[in-house]
Amino acid sequence: MRSDRGQRAPLGLKIAAACGLLFLHLPILLIFVYAFTTEEKSFVWPPPGLTTQWFAVTWNRPDVWQALSLSVRVAAISTAIALVLGTLCAAAVSQTRFFGRETISLLVILPIALPGIITGIALRSAFSLADIPFSFWTIVLGHATFCVVVVYNNAVARFRRTSGSMIEASMDLGADGFQTFRHVVLPNIATALLAGGMLAFALSFDEVIVTTFTAGQQQTVPIWMLEELIRPRQRPVTNVVAMVVVLVTLLPILFAYYLTRDGDQIAGSGK
Amino acid sequence: MTSAAVQYNPTPAILPGKGGMRGALSDLFWRRPKLLLLLMLLPPVLWLGIVYIGSLFALLAQSFFSIDEFSGLINRQFTLKTYGDLFQPANLDIILRTVTMAALVTLASAIVAFPIAYYAARYAKGRWKALFYLGVMLPLWSSYLVKVYAWKLILAKEGILTWLFGKLGLSWLLDAWLSLPIVGGNSLSVSFTGTFIVFVYVWLPFMILPVQAALERVPGNLVEASSDLGASPGQTFRNVLFPLALPGIVAGSIFTFSLTLGDYIIPAIIGTSRLFIGQAVYSQQGTAGNIPLAAAFTVVPIVIMGFYLWGAKRMGAFDAL
Repeated sequence: MRSDRGQRAPLGLKIAAACGLLFLHLPILLIFVYAFTTEEKSFVWPPPGLTTQWFAVTWNRPDVWQALSLSVRVAAISTAIALVLGTLCAAAVSQTRFFGRETISLLVILPIALPGIITGIALRSAFSLADIPFSFWTIVLGHATFCVVVVYNNAVARFRRTSGSMIEASMDLGADGFQTFRHVVLPNIATALLAGGMLAFALSFDEVIVTTFTAGQQQTVPIWMLEELIRPRQRPVTNVVAMVVVLVTLLPILFAYYLTRDGDQIAGSGK
Repeated sequence: MTSAAVQYNPTPAILPGKGGMRGALSDLFWRRPKLLLLLMLLPPVLWLGIVYIGSLFALLAQSFFSIDEFSGLINRQFTLKTYGDLFQPANLDIILRTVTMAALVTLASAIVAFPIAYYAARYAKGRWKALFYLGVMLPLWSSYLVKVYAWKLILAKEGILTWLFGKLGLSWLLDAWLSLPIVGGNSLSVSFTGTFIVFVYVWLPFMILPVQAALERVPGNLVEASSDLGASPGQTFRNVLFPLALPGIVAGSIFTFSLTLGDYIIPAIIGTSRLFIGQAVYSQQGTAGNIPLAAAFTVVPIVIMGFYLWGAKRMGAFDAL
């Protein structure tokens, strides 16, 4: 038992921490207010009036729906690819030691460690060198590449906590490799994969920098928003879309947190 | 008793093969674990190797090409001319501006992040700890563009910040700040001050998490021992807490620095017309069609980050990640 339990924080520290958290959250909350404003032309505060008419207007916009559908399809397929590649890589790296192991983990992390613009322009110049036209699949190619790392991180953390003796026990009891995977390994890593998959989905759904380089004429939701930010056509619709995007990305993250919270960062576990 | 012993038919210690395609494969993997390892590694390594590393090398190769100034065609012959172009005063300005901004953003996010990380690491318990964790994770994961958009609303001339300054009777302060030469501008959303605030906001969670991880490892009684031995809170911070948190701060600064170096959307939406590295890359490859120069520009952040990572590794920052 350490002597530092039950101490009170100094007032100054409390205020600084609270201000920091408010700084992080107030801007996002502001989006929710602006989605209801009656003002069309400017970002005036306080809003002159409140209305819900922009939700109906947004609902009837085909370009918003197209962008949303493209984003969901891209995110779903990228997530699926990332799940397969990330799990394979995590299984190989965590269960065995081999030459070049460090290099492999560096290789996985690199697409997210280097600035997105480098990944984007590298892919674009490769596409142009190889004469590949921009399409749905060029977007997926880019997204899957940086989504692997999220799945990998979650899976590696879970593999480390899964004891290898369970796999040995399963083999000793006569299960073959596939049965062991199906009945022992998979149930152990399932929630980690689900969490990683959701984070990958959120990452892909939100990604804009790489996408601007790999998308050609098609618009995902972030590209649509970027277009509206640079050349605003109808601000209230942008406000509503922004709010919806916040909600759509919020839910998978909360759920992913819920799935992995029994890990080492569990609330209330002492130091 | 004896008859039972005679009846006893021991199963062989080694089971026969399962038979069938599946059994054969399973047995093969058991006998040759290296083969299984190879099969597991092959898809991800092929994907990342071809798609990612291949593209990076394609990019690097292009930076050694040059553009014909008259025809605008790309001349595919090895030359260092494009790298020479980087040292033109206009391009050097862009690089210097971006690195200065990245350094200032890193410093500011370290200062804002520290109290949050320290409180979360040392004082927050149970429910509060989870709340702090989510309080950092949610802004980290919520949409990048929406965050930038929110700041466009906040910093606009008719927006909430101007209104707030007016209500507090501090409009003169805002006007005075905006009339300053470099950091000022017509309104906050078209000034370097605005760019700076948004950068700090967007990358702040990347600083909080590693600093908190570093501070979690500082035993609270170390701080108490320091004050028992007569150190003032300021001295304790300088001589005990700060040196122990430093690897975390350096780890966080890798993100804030690297992300600021490569970003081109924030300065394009909130900021002046003067370019940052990311914008230079974007306009060179897009409207200007000068892919070699764009490629050479991307090498700048890679080289800077290479040195930065090398220095960070020597300071032990990777243990805090």
